Amino acid sequence: MTYTVAVVSAGLSQPSSTRLLADRLAEAVRAQVKEAGGEVLVEVVELRPLAHALADNLVTGFPPPELEAAIAAVTSADALVAVTPVFTASYAGLFKTFFDVLDKDALAGKPTLVAATAGTARHSLVLEHALRPLFSYLRAVVVPTAVFAATEDFGDTTSGQLQERIDRAAGELAALLAPSTVRRAPAPDPFEEVTPFEELLRGNG
Amino acid sequence: MQFGIFTVGDVTTDPTTGRTPTEHERIKATVAIAKKAEEVGLDVFATGEHHNPPFIASAPTTTLAYIGAQTERIILSTATTLITTTDPVLIAENYAKLQHLTDGRVDLVMGRGNTGPVYPWFGKDIRQGIPLAIENYALLRRLWREDVVNWEGKFRTPLQGFTSTPRPLDGVPPFVWHGSIRSPEIAEQAAYYGDGFFANHIFWPASHTQRMVNLYRRRFEHYGHGAADQAIVGLGGQAFMRKNSQDAVREFRPYFDNAPVYGHGPSLEDFAEMTPLTVGSPQQVIERTLGFREYVGDYQRQLFLMDHAGLPLKTVLEQLDILGEEVVPVLRKEFAALKPAHVPDAPTHASLVAAAAGGKDSTVYAEADSATGSRAEDAGAVR
Repeated sequence: MTYTVAVVSAGLSQPSSTRLLADRLAEAVRAQVKEAGGEVLVEVVELRPLAHALADNLVTGFPPPELEAAIAAVTSADALVAVTPVFTASYAGLFKTFFDVLDKDALAGKPTLVAATAGTARHSLVLEHALRPLFSYLRAVVVPTAVFAATEDFGDTTSGQLQERIDRAAGELAALLAPSTVRRAPAPDPFEEVTPFEELLRGNG
Repeated sequence: MQFGIFTVGDVTTDPTTGRTPTEHERIKATVAIAKKAEEVGLDVFATGEHHNPPFIASAPTTTLAYIGAQTERIILSTATTLITTTDPVLIAENYAKLQHLTDGRVDLVMGRGNTGPVYPWFGKDIRQGIPLAIENYALLRRLWREDVVNWEGKFRTPLQGFTSTPRPLDGVPPFVWHGSIRSPEIAEQAAYYGDGFFANHIFWPASHTQRMVNLYRRRFEHYGHGAADQAIVGLGGQAFMRKNSQDAVREFRPYFDNAPVYGHGPSLEDFAEMTPLTVGSPQQVIERTLGFREYVGDYQRQLFLMDHAGLPLKTVLEQLDILGEEVVPVLRKEFAALKPAHVPDAPTHASLVAAAAGGKDSTVYAEADSATGSRAEDAGAVR
């Protein structure tokens, strides 16, 4: 079975260590799913090119076409990997804005891996204090291991500690990707399944 | 097909001069705009309803009655009447009175309003937006159709033996449209009653309009009011025109860039592509407007927003000249040629009277009501 995994990366520099971490996570998820006999289709959503579209969406209330496509990719994916740089003790504003314009039910039940990058490991609990509550609110199923990479982790090529965390988190996400657990049924379309007016009149809207 | 304009009555600074009109100036400008609309041959003038700055659109029936007294032909409508926060008894009285004063030149578009804080100003709760729209409208219909109403609901005090006065002109209530951007319940409501559906169709992608209109048409047929393509659909629209399209873009851009609702966001070009806004030559507006029927089907009413975002009165009146002289005559001809014979026109007072096999005076005299024999003051005893 082939699973789609949306990878949202909110890094701003190019190349960005956030995207680097996102790619390593995506690769680890692909490897783990493959081991279990499945395939993974990775769909990367880079938020930097969508920065203007996101601001427009805030102002107008609707997404421009390129953002609409990104939202659809994330909403329809079987799983999500969400990676942000830490800005001023929390997720980046761009990262939050993307999840602000998603439908509140878009991530319900979706297996999700959260990760962050920062200049120093002193920010690592941002994952637990900021990202995890955000995705809990959106009713995503967030895997227990959240992956934090500080600059020094990218420098450390010998201990393998970062790769170990990446593999553990990817394994947890892969474990949630099984034919029986993946939510494939599309959400009911309120324009197809309308509440009959007699029901509304009775106050059962 | 009917053509007209709708206004939200915003008091907005003209970004090219930095000048903000006074309320008085904006109120008088609204009247001048409505009179101009009739002068250039438009069919409908509709005003919105807001109860907070920067709008002057409160007390809509006062505005409409004043305009009605100075016009002969134009239909006076709303876009929208707040069915959620306005007591349906007052709506019944005010618009029936307006019908009498203007000899039937009245219809209404019901809406829930988009300003959250307005609900508590009128003692209502925004969390009940949809249920309020449903209950209040159900009561309004009875107040216009039944001489004596006994009623009890969730959202206002019960009525016992209540007669709303004046009774609708010729015994025929004003035609009602329901407006909503994205609530399927409201399209369902319009379809259930066989009322019209008005899609705002500005500031948002046309896909929203298409979904709502499709739902309304499908359910209109489901409830047995006719075929889906016979449902009564109205659309908004937004245009700015000059002879040369580059002039239109150059002149409108500062108003666009600073406009309430969408200003400081997308570029004019992007927004014009994503929404029904057209800034260009009259010919471009004609072509764009004719294209609307490709995704909503043959429809009955087209209203344009012409006077927002701080455009000066002089400019708005020039826009109405262009609309009335160069755009609407072509649209009338083209739409008429495209419309199949079985698709009805928008109901008017005259057509509703004809459908009711003639008008009848429906005065309820104080002595006794002709239908029930009861008198308002006897209601307690009758019960």
